[in-house]
Amino acid sequence: MTSDASGRLPEAFLTPGGSSFMDFLAGHAPDLLPGRRSLGQGDLSSEVPHGTTIVAATFPGGVIMAGDRRATMGNIIAQRDIEKVFPADEYSAVAFAGSAGFGIEMVRLFQVELEHYEKLEGATLSLDGKANRLSALIRGNLPMAMQGLTVVPLFAGYDPDIKGGRIFSYDPTGGRYEETHFYSVGSGSLFARGALKKLYREDLSETDCATVAIQSLIDAADDDSATGGPDMLRRIFPVIGVVTVDGYRRLPEDEVAALVDAAWAQRHERPDGPAAASLT
Amino acid sequence: MSVPFYVSPEQLMRDRADFARKGIAKGRSAIALQYADGILFVAENRSPALHKVAEIYDRMAFAAVGRYNEFENLRIAGVRLADMRGYSYDRRDVTGRALANAYAQTLGAIFSSGGEKPLEVEILVAEIGAGPADDQIYRLTYDGSIADVRGYAVMGGAAETVAEYIGEHYSDGISLAGAVRLAVDALGHDSTEVRELTPDQLEVAVLDRTRTQMRKFKRISEESLAGILSESSPAVDAKSESGSGSDASDSSESSTGDTPVAPPADDAPVAPPEDSDDDRPL
Repeated sequence: MTSDASGRLPEAFLTPGGSSFMDFLAGHAPDLLPGRRSLGQGDLSSEVPHGTTIVAATFPGGVIMAGDRRATMGNIIAQRDIEKVFPADEYSAVAFAGSAGFGIEMVRLFQVELEHYEKLEGATLSLDGKANRLSALIRGNLPMAMQGLTVVPLFAGYDPDIKGGRIFSYDPTGGRYEETHFYSVGSGSLFARGALKKLYREDLSETDCATVAIQSLIDAADDDSATGGPDMLRRIFPVIGVVTVDGYRRLPEDEVAALVDAAWAQRHERPDGPAAASLT
Repeated sequence: MSVPFYVSPEQLMRDRADFARKGIAKGRSAIALQYADGILFVAENRSPALHKVAEIYDRMAFAAVGRYNEFENLRIAGVRLADMRGYSYDRRDVTGRALANAYAQTLGAIFSSGGEKPLEVEILVAEIGAGPADDQIYRLTYDGSIADVRGYAVMGGAAETVAEYIGEHYSDGISLAGAVRLAVDALGHDSTEVRELTPDQLEVAVLDRTRTQMRKFKRISEESLAGILSESSPAVDAKSESGSGSDASDSSESSTGDTPVAPPADDAPVAPPEDSDDDRPL
């Protein structure tokens, strides 16, 4: 696969070409690309694990991305502690909702794509450039999306030009849309977005922004059976990634636990979560 | 009808080797040096854009001297190979040994095939391990021969003269600042005339085991290099003991550690006088 019989690097490796790892794979080892496989007929959506709700929100100087930990397969809970939020590179984060297998493969490919470009060119892509590469990746997955194996990613990163965070959402055909302030994807996203709408403010601190994300995930889990709330018995809490000028950082387990415990205590008083500050 | 001359295989290989060696020696040297927390790369390179040292993968780096287009092509092939292995297996399954082998086979095949010009390059593949004992430096020459080097390696330009200087001053477990100073001094001692290289003439990078990121390769910017050089200068002066025989050419600069014995001018075995064509290898 990686070398010919003599052990010499195959011609494709030494041929001048673009800086895209996906394009290189397409030419040299197309079977490694997720979109190139043929599938059986019919709707496969209840046959494989699906990841559920992701939220993202910006705060001054950065962006936060959080995902619940549940994967479902039809009415079955396939996994309780799946991770759906990942660093894409040093200054961006990517998360997915939808078919978990393809989602994880897509994230891996996207990470290599960005790193490959960086190493070959000696420069990083612009945030828009990264967002567009992700579009191309999703587009390759379209035939599978048509059979119910949709992957819908959410991409967010720190843009040095505006010195703040930006969020990009996608549709299954690869359409790319920039979102302002906050967004959510996945089965519980409608409820999460409703909660974000009421709780979000532009001047939130990083910690408050993480709390808002947690509250919105709890609301999503409240009304969507496929979204997992914080698992208080097993102490499994959402994965929260933060991207600022200092790069990507996953909030440590104990910090998330403290935020979740506080939100949980509050829900004992008022199960629907914090009330909006004012009606006027 | 012309009768082709007989050329013995020995002669043929020797000619090809001479050709490659000459091209490489025309450039400037590059050094890889093990220090306490990783491997340091220092290359004399006046171009800020055309790199001689580059990242390959998490714990692996590449350094090369010679013809830029040729080693750049090898570097890209290495990145492709590493990324592809890492993607199809796992990040931990990308090893320096596999890459060095692929390079050796490629260089060897090109060198011995009649139809291709031998590559005028010499390359290093370096990989850091959990501790200094696990570090690997592979040195590959134009003909595909491969050597597993410990401590330090020098290639290109007056490589032997520079290596000799490092050999005299190198010690295991040297600090980063000490290693940078030693490498920069060594590059300046590549001929009888001792030069003091300034940060803008140097390309410096490290594979740093202490980095928290998965990718351990890091370039050292001109500013931080200037900082390191300014603070480490006295330490080396103290080390190069009472060098009385400072050679005549070294009149203005006293802060460079003088070599006790300046190498004679004709000692550099593979360094013909530099010609000034624009096509000079890096």
